[in-house]
Amino acid sequence: MTGRSAFRRRPVGALWQGTSVLIALGVLAPVVSLIWLALGADWAHWTHLVQYVLPDAALNTALLMAGVGVLTLVIGTGCAWLVSAHDFPGRKVLHWALLLPLAMPAYIVAFAYLDLLHPIGPVQGALRWMLGYSSPREWRLPDLRSMGGAVFVLGFVLYPYVYMTARAMFMTQPAHLMEAARMLGESRWGAFRRVALPMARPALAVGLSLALLETLNDIGASEFLGVNTLTVAVYTTWITRTDLAGAAQIACSMLLVVVALVWMERHARRHQRYGSAQRMRAIQPERLHGVKAWLAALFTTVPVLIGFAAPAAYLCWESYKRLSQGQGVSTGLWMSLGNTLTLALGVTVVTVIAGLIVAWATRNSVSTRAPSRWQARVATLGYAIPGTVLAIGLLTPALAMDAGIARLLHLPGLPLMALGVVLVVACCIRFLVIPVGGIESGLQRIPATLEQASRLLGETAFGTLLRVHLPLLRPAIATSALLVFVDAMKELPATLLLRPANFDTLATWLYAEAARGTYEEGAVAALLIVVAGLLPVVLLARTQLQPGAQPLENHPE
Amino acid sequence: MKHRFSFALTVAALAALAAMVAVPAQAAADEVTVYTTREPALIQPLLAAFTAQSKIKVNTVFVKDGLLERVKAEGERSPADVLMTVDAGNLLDLVEGGVTQPVKSAALDSAIPANLRGADGSWYSLSLRARVLYAEKNLALKSFRYEDLADPKWKGKVCIRAGQHPYNTGLIAAMIAHDGEAKTEQWLRGVKNNLARKATGGDRDVARDILGGICDIGLANTYYVGHMKASKEGTDARKWGDAIKVIKPTFANEKSGGTHVNISGASVAKHAPQRANAVKLLEFLVSEPAQNMYAQANYEHPVRKGVALDPVVAQSIGELKIDPLPLTEIAKHRKQASALVDKVGFDR
Repeated sequence: MTGRSAFRRRPVGALWQGTSVLIALGVLAPVVSLIWLALGADWAHWTHLVQYVLPDAALNTALLMAGVGVLTLVIGTGCAWLVSAHDFPGRKVLHWALLLPLAMPAYIVAFAYLDLLHPIGPVQGALRWMLGYSSPREWRLPDLRSMGGAVFVLGFVLYPYVYMTARAMFMTQPAHLMEAARMLGESRWGAFRRVALPMARPALAVGLSLALLETLNDIGASEFLGVNTLTVAVYTTWITRTDLAGAAQIACSMLLVVVALVWMERHARRHQRYGSAQRMRAIQPERLHGVKAWLAALFTTVPVLIGFAAPAAYLCWESYKRLSQGQGVSTGLWMSLGNTLTLALGVTVVTVIAGLIVAWATRNSVSTRAPSRWQARVATLGYAIPGTVLAIGLLTPALAMDAGIARLLHLPGLPLMALGVVLVVACCIRFLVIPVGGIESGLQRIPATLEQASRLLGETAFGTLLRVHLPLLRPAIATSALLVFVDAMKELPATLLLRPANFDTLATWLYAEAARGTYEEGAVAALLIVVAGLLPVVLLARTQLQPGAQPLENHPE
Repeated sequence: MKHRFSFALTVAALAALAAMVAVPAQAAADEVTVYTTREPALIQPLLAAFTAQSKIKVNTVFVKDGLLERVKAEGERSPADVLMTVDAGNLLDLVEGGVTQPVKSAALDSAIPANLRGADGSWYSLSLRARVLYAEKNLALKSFRYEDLADPKWKGKVCIRAGQHPYNTGLIAAMIAHDGEAKTEQWLRGVKNNLARKATGGDRDVARDILGGICDIGLANTYYVGHMKASKEGTDARKWGDAIKVIKPTFANEKSGGTHVNISGASVAKHAPQRANAVKLLEFLVSEPAQNMYAQANYEHPVRKGVALDPVVAQSIGELKIDPLPLTEIAKHRKQASALVDKVGFDR
């Protein structure tokens, strides 16, 4: 039974495919509108850009992404392997605590470290005191506002994306494969390098690409630390020179590079399949002793301290100072908290359902000749465009549709915009890659034989999804949902442009404080973002890291 | 399966309908909607005072970047009545972008000097801020010219935010208008050579970095001085503010002799559904009580003559002698200034 014949016979399948195509077109709308913008302008300024702007911006972007890539891979994979295959002091806490930096927006961490590491901050103050200097004019550390500083901040905030996916993979990797490698004479390290790591590759690719796209997209932290990336160049061209078309041109070129990278990675492993129908038995952690145990504990503790504990402690201290000076938490701030949670919840529901539809419609487990899988690749695009640029691209098509609907229903103004629907759609486009990627890699690990068996026994494609795949995909869906939720809570640029009147989220609240240069006043808002982000992260740790979360555990023998 | 889908579709349709019904009807006559790039907390007290006086409710949308694009895309259905920005260039972009409309108001024209508003009534300044020198408080320095910032004697001693920030491109544009592009480029290279750290961060970081011993002098806006120096004793901001003194620089150029200022300002939106309320709001913002609030709560310099400065501002900065170059003239050179920043690699 090929996908094609099933496609022809069942209208439900067509509906499914059609919805998926519609979602993909929705993602494409802002991209097309950007390309339209880019083509509509003259290219005269490219002499200027190529001569003075792009070489430096491209180099900075490459360095930043390389640095963050290496850092997140080493920390994320290293920590995931340590807590999966070894037992050492603190492992029980660390295996979930390593996820905590997910609750931290990168720009908040950048603010925190600039204060902590400033010459008049506590760290350098203590160092001067120990070294016997009285003033920063006599001795101080190099400035955090540099490429190294940006790699440091982004690397320690974004490694959980890699950690999370790598950890889930290592946990569910069949132990018998590792055991076979060991019996064939590989060392523990050799078995890791030659069996565990290649098996984890799709997961690492998903995690790493999320971390790198976040890096590419980051404007707050890198701009604040003085690193002029391509994204910053897009901004400068657009805002300072009021040249939206020029900015769209740079954004489209960046998009090409991203698409090429994603395609290359997929192309490189196009013939690999990762599903296994064997009953799983997870790797048993090996107990470490002595120095090795303490080194493992140290290696896994440092990322939690730098990526979460230190900035969180700083925020607590700053908030305490504000509150003790009698600055209460205003009702506006509480309302922002409510708005943030509502928005994040709405975005999560819409995005996960859309992601499931796209991933299922483009799966290749049975229908290898399914119409095409371009929808799933298109879903990556939203994450690759800087948030504000995406929102700008969305403005024209979304508001044209809004006005059309309003005219049809004889409604005043722009109802979809006023209700925040446009904002939810923008966030959905932006984060769609998370559930699509997560559910796709989940689907890849479910052996095709299961679907074939289900279909041979007379179940429809939809019934197979409901009764066979959804239960097996539950961890992948939960993980995606929580990730989208946390990301939507931190979202800033699209919210700033597309929000309805009188609508504040915690992120915009904090930004507003930063905008008038009083970001330490925003400490309370920042702390609320982190606290509100902790719950989903803890849930994430539970769904991801519980033994019961193994996707194939309930797989019938 | 079909049934399940049609059921889901029905639910979705019902939900959509319910949402539509919830859309507020045509904005009531006692409302006005402000789209602003200004931080709401700064203008909220002013807007609250307006509501208290006029019983007109103010809705705000704070947009960071893309105000022009949003209003353009919203078109004639846009709920925006007043568009409010910082930086003259941003405001003039809105006018040139065709999303504003001229208004006639004797109250506005009499309160705002002619060089601080559009001749046709398409834009109005509401408050002033000057680009001044923050200097280490013990530095023996009485006067300063913007040109001096490139003097090699300040090598490694200058702090400033990104050259591409509108506050800086505004100043660079003013210098181009005064001295021409070639001289300005040379000056900018000199300033770049004198930087103590990357051109980044915010205006208050100049004061903080002076306290931290990273630099001795830097350019920043006036109102931060009020914010910092008026902060509670013992707070970080107060320590930064106490570490500096302020000098009002002038251009070396003979025809100038004044300090570079920028504005915050507003226009009435082209398709404003509440045009009359929009004008009322603008008139209120330049009235004496509101201009007093600009001075007292925001530490800005009022545009209206005869309004007292905040005491802290009066003491640490004082009245401004403004560079007479028209704002429209400065705005003309803004893109050139931005290109120059790239060319000399100022932010690199």
